[in-house]
Amino acid sequence: MTTAPETNATQESRKTPATPPLAAGFQDPVHDAQACFRAAMNAIARPGTRQAVDAGGLTPPAPLTPVAAALALTLLDYDTPVWLDKPLMASDAVKAFLRFHTGAPIVSEPVEAAFALVGNPGQMIPLASFNQGSAEYPDRSATVILLGQDFGAVQAVTLQGPGIQDSAAFSVSPVPPVFWEQVAANSRQFPRGIDLIFAGDAEIAALPRSTRIMPTEV
Amino acid sequence: MYVAVKGGEKAIRNAHKLTAKRRRGDTSVPALTLEQIAQQLSHSVARVMGEGSLYDETLAALAIKQARGDLIEAAFLMRAYRTTLPRFGYSTPVDTGAMLVERRVSATYKDLPGGQVLGPTFDYSHRLLDFALAAEDDGAQLPVETAQSEDRPMPRVTDLLGDEGLMEPDPVTDEDAPVGDLTREPLSFPADRDLRLQNLARGDEGFLLALAYSTQRGYGRTHPFAGEIRYGEVEVEFFAEELGFAVTLGAIKVTECQMVNQFAGSAQAAPTFTRGYGLVFGQVERKAMSMAMVDRSMRWQELGEEQVAPAQDIEFVLSHSDNIQATGFVEHLKLPHYVDFQAELDLVRRMRAEWFGRREQQEEGEAATEAAQ
Amino acid sequence: MTDTAQIPDSVYEQGEYNFAYLDEQTKRMIRRAILKGIAIPGYQVPFASREMPMPYGWGTGGVQVTAAILGRDDCLKMIDQGSDDTTNAVSLRGFFEKTAEVRTTCETAEATIIQTRHRIPEKPLTGDQILVFQVPIPEPLRFLEPRETETRKMHALEDYGLMHVKLYEDIAKNGHIATTYAYPVKVNDRYVMDPSPTPKFDNPKIDRMAALQLYGAGREKRIYAIPPYTKVKSLDFEDYPFEIQKFDKPCGLCGAENVYLDEVILDDRGGRMFVCSDSDYCEERRADGHLGPMAADPAAARISSTGIDGAKTGETVR
Repeated sequence: MTTAPETNATQESRKTPATPPLAAGFQDPVHDAQACFRAAMNAIARPGTRQAVDAGGLTPPAPLTPVAAALALTLLDYDTPVWLDKPLMASDAVKAFLRFHTGAPIVSEPVEAAFALVGNPGQMIPLASFNQGSAEYPDRSATVILLGQDFGAVQAVTLQGPGIQDSAAFSVSPVPPVFWEQVAANSRQFPRGIDLIFAGDAEIAALPRSTRIMPTEV
Repeated sequence: MYVAVKGGEKAIRNAHKLTAKRRRGDTSVPALTLEQIAQQLSHSVARVMGEGSLYDETLAALAIKQARGDLIEAAFLMRAYRTTLPRFGYSTPVDTGAMLVERRVSATYKDLPGGQVLGPTFDYSHRLLDFALAAEDDGAQLPVETAQSEDRPMPRVTDLLGDEGLMEPDPVTDEDAPVGDLTREPLSFPADRDLRLQNLARGDEGFLLALAYSTQRGYGRTHPFAGEIRYGEVEVEFFAEELGFAVTLGAIKVTECQMVNQFAGSAQAAPTFTRGYGLVFGQVERKAMSMAMVDRSMRWQELGEEQVAPAQDIEFVLSHSDNIQATGFVEHLKLPHYVDFQAELDLVRRMRAEWFGRREQQEEGEAATEAAQ
Repeated sequence: MTDTAQIPDSVYEQGEYNFAYLDEQTKRMIRRAILKGIAIPGYQVPFASREMPMPYGWGTGGVQVTAAILGRDDCLKMIDQGSDDTTNAVSLRGFFEKTAEVRTTCETAEATIIQTRHRIPEKPLTGDQILVFQVPIPEPLRFLEPRETETRKMHALEDYGLMHVKLYEDIAKNGHIATTYAYPVKVNDRYVMDPSPTPKFDNPKIDRMAALQLYGAGREKRIYAIPPYTKVKSLDFEDYPFEIQKFDKPCGLCGAENVYLDEVILDDRGGRMFVCSDSDYCEERRADGHLGPMAADPAAARISSTGIDGAKTGETVR
């Protein structure tokens, strides 16, 4: 069994100065990507639930994390412009890793990106900075992946909506102080809006735009 | 490994065996070779390559053999194979001006630089069955007079017109603009001309022929002249980033048709002729011409015309030109539909019962009225 | 017809095709569309549908979705008209057995992925299962407005007046809504969606279903989805509420009630019987000892042993 040649990635690699040795991609590109995708699919289909991701022994350059790298390898390619926040953008090794393994063009304007990787989610730029999709093509919006997420036990918000039987409690950190207002505003403009994936150490969770954030009594 | 197996499987297997047997026919007759098909059924091969969207004569010949000569089925085999091939990128635009021309005719000029080259054509042949072909094993090779190799340039008719300003200029495109490709992005409307032309180039010959014909009969008339039809070999080049220059991948045979159509002009722009463009693999003139006519019809909006006819309707034309899609959906009616049919049966029975009930009531009512009178 | 179940083994052994046939780039493209579809329940996501080795209209959308989600550990069930044994179900199941070498099953409960055409199994699905629908025409408004440019606007503006007018005209003309399959639904109070040509009998099953539903339309190049537990409302009017088909008899073979039945013509003298459309459900009930009123009938024996689709192929010889 062979996989399709990733010609773009090969071309990209030629342009990249070969400084540090490049970290390897998936050991089993077909099945590792499939497993990671199923975790992402289950996460979006069941907002707020934690889905285990085996990062397949990935050792990407910091601040890119293994789980985020697995998502990138699973979802990105030369058809998906990707935006990186400052800490990620500052790392040539991260950019080289992503270019080589995905071929995705790295863009500097958040609004041009199909995917965004956020290495320092505590200081993430507003969700409104990303492509929200249009009323006619709401699918053309961005998916934002937050790195280094911790799914602590402290309840932060209550979720309702498609994929949730009644309601569900959900908690992540770090996120910016006004994050939940932004997420609530994001879901109010449904069907437009961005989708969020939270990448932890060995788990992911997601909040698609369809999820409503309910006020929580403290 | 545990696998679900039930009865239908056996029937399918048998059907396939039977198809293979029918394909081969009488085994006392020699089997067709791919070379025979590629050499002697070259128009079929060209059509299958064009509609199958893959230039490979041997594979097209194989597809035709496998499909028992069903050309749409053969094009489908090519498409299904094509979709599994890795994609390296897009070639540079083919230069048909540099074509090694085998045939070139213009209906708009009696003579022109480079001359008229009749080449291989059914035109002007009398369509009489040639019984000699039936009798001969091997068609007699008549000596063919070869024209002196045409080293003189053969400029395109539209360029000649363009030099005089009589032809609308070719649209200027940004070299770095992304290439529209409907095999990579689903078609969305309104579709630009690059995608429309790609769609037509892959489209069904019969469908395009009928649409082109309809424009000639008044359903969106465009007053076309066959400015030029040329057939021959062109080189396909690929710009290799790592080398920094274009390399030749090989040569393909194509038919190009440029239709010259009635004028457009406005207060801002002087009147000029307008273009319709057709380009197909191999020698398929009927389709190249039809494509050019339909292309021109679909340009109604940019040329300030009214939309009145099917051939102008971009969404209608592009959504129905693909015979692989069309044949699949038409033929899918052969699949079982008894679940839906059951739902309809139930409803029709109920509606009939209600209808008869109403009529009975009505008749009783009428009888009562009559009796009262 | 090109046969998919009959791709010679040698082709796969040569390693010409990837796991589950599609190349990884195509899978990524489809996977991204699936994620968007789930995030926007009921919205039809355009995707660059590939030419598959089976004809458009024969399940290419469902096959592409299944191929994109399928993993080595999955167990696949393939049904058409409710049955595992219909010819196209057999063909598509064979395709995945060959290209992905996954386990396949006829038992609803055992499957992790169920690809279906025109039916939803009678047995309730669980949260661990995924239901993949083959969709011919994904646009519920298509027969009211053939233009994509127009229907896309209607969805954007949530302007579904045309659909209500159509249903109301049905009532005015026929006394009730004359749509029996592909009955339109509204998903999550937003998008009107075509649940594919399943009989409306199955519509209540897709409301708040525990399993994830994925819909693939290959020829029309659209993917859409309904996440688990999503509200799905069949369109209706207050004075003409939505109702499903009712059968006045139980299944002739297993005696099941409140299931969808197929009518089987037994002879040319009006003899007929009604049997479960969901063949696995029916078999399981019979194995558990349930017997229908016609179970002892000789005709029933023929149906239950060969399956209704016990198609035969014979060479006609003069």
